[in-house]
Amino acid sequence: MIDKFVRSMAEAMNGIRDGSTVLMAGFGEVGSPHALLDGLIEQGATNLTVVINSTGRVRNPSQPAQGLPRLVELGRVRKVITSFVRNHSVVGDAVRDGVLEAEVVPQGTLAERIRAAGAGVPAFFTPTGAGTLVAEGKEVRDYDGRACILERALPGDVALVEAWMADRWGNLVFRDASRNFNPIMAMAGKLTIVQTHHVCDLGQLPANEIVTPGIFVDRVLHVAAGDPTLPR
Amino acid sequence: MSEGLKPLGRVGMAARAARDIPEGWYVNLGIGIPTLIADHVPAEREVVFHSENGILGVGPAPEAHKQNPWLVNASTQRISLRPGGSFVHHADSFAMVRGGHLDLCVLGGFQVAENGDLANWSQSAAEVGRQIGGAMDLAVGARQVWVTMEHTTKDGRPRILRQCSYPLTAPGCVTRVYTNLAVLDVVGGRGFVVTDIIPGLSFEELQARSEAVLHRA
Repeated sequence: MIDKFVRSMAEAMNGIRDGSTVLMAGFGEVGSPHALLDGLIEQGATNLTVVINSTGRVRNPSQPAQGLPRLVELGRVRKVITSFVRNHSVVGDAVRDGVLEAEVVPQGTLAERIRAAGAGVPAFFTPTGAGTLVAEGKEVRDYDGRACILERALPGDVALVEAWMADRWGNLVFRDASRNFNPIMAMAGKLTIVQTHHVCDLGQLPANEIVTPGIFVDRVLHVAAGDPTLPR
Repeated sequence: MSEGLKPLGRVGMAARAARDIPEGWYVNLGIGIPTLIADHVPAEREVVFHSENGILGVGPAPEAHKQNPWLVNASTQRISLRPGGSFVHHADSFAMVRGGHLDLCVLGGFQVAENGDLANWSQSAAEVGRQIGGAMDLAVGARQVWVTMEHTTKDGRPRILRQCSYPLTAPGCVTRVYTNLAVLDVVGGRGFVVTDIIPGLSFEELQARSEAVLHRA
């Protein structure tokens, strides 16, 4: 019997190695696997490369850092690949101080690099970023009279994903705008770990509504995380 | 500037741009002034708004008791979904952008050049903070790229330029600019063509506030 459910956070995080590339889903707190990020902080893997859409808000002295900013504070992250680094954020300060490398890329290029990794496409040309700082060091070719730059696929050793409902095969359904990076990161992770709000019996999720089929999922942990909050 | 002249405010610029969006268009609105545009498209005119985090059919801000914590826009403000709206994942959301399916995106701007170059994400290549987000994808992918911005900086320096000095979002992408003083089309081979000026401001006075050479419609 296939059963991808794990019973503890320790089991969910088991085997994540130092030096891993970790894909972290979510957009504006919605669809972010916060419990799994806490689990990763606890688990201890270090020298990580983290792929995440946005690297966090401006520092707020009254709010302790959580998630990626916390991992960065702990010195566990070597590099971030992202579309957004703010000045005066934990991540921005680490980049300024030279202790963290940041590769900042257009959001659509980030998404397509992740999708490409999941689909077995090693690289692609796109006009996005041509003629800008993003093009530095990249191969440029003209297609249909338009300058395009070569972008590499972005696979993860690990993907951390949040779902609304899951069954024991790892079939996933997402709620509203929480879908965002979750399905493509699930595809691009060698080890895809999911936290789900609800657990369904096999066959309960309508086949027409499953967004991420279980083939892209390795482990599922039931975490009744509650509603996302607005960014602090 | 002449006595009694009334430059448009943020809402005024948004309302002016909203007037020109026809029914049936698929439109992405950037952060800042562009986000305000949705409130000024009349409800009976069907325009479908796209949000880069995978939403098509963004509706108005919900009343406090109707907020859905799972439904936010690109500025992470809570929003509503119109009947007919849909959700997609991030790669499909940007396929709508990069695949040329959007009729229009409206972006904020720091500088626009007469060849349509846009700078709107950074004031220096040396800056640590890099907030690219979806701007480069939108600037390259949407069929029309409009920019809303003040005509000059707070200290009076021009933003309508011969050449951008800040890092580019995309070269040659802007088709129209809505400022607090005027509406300017960017026309290939010609540059900025002024199609509207606020009452009481002359073409010459507008030219004096612009670095690029302006043309009459």
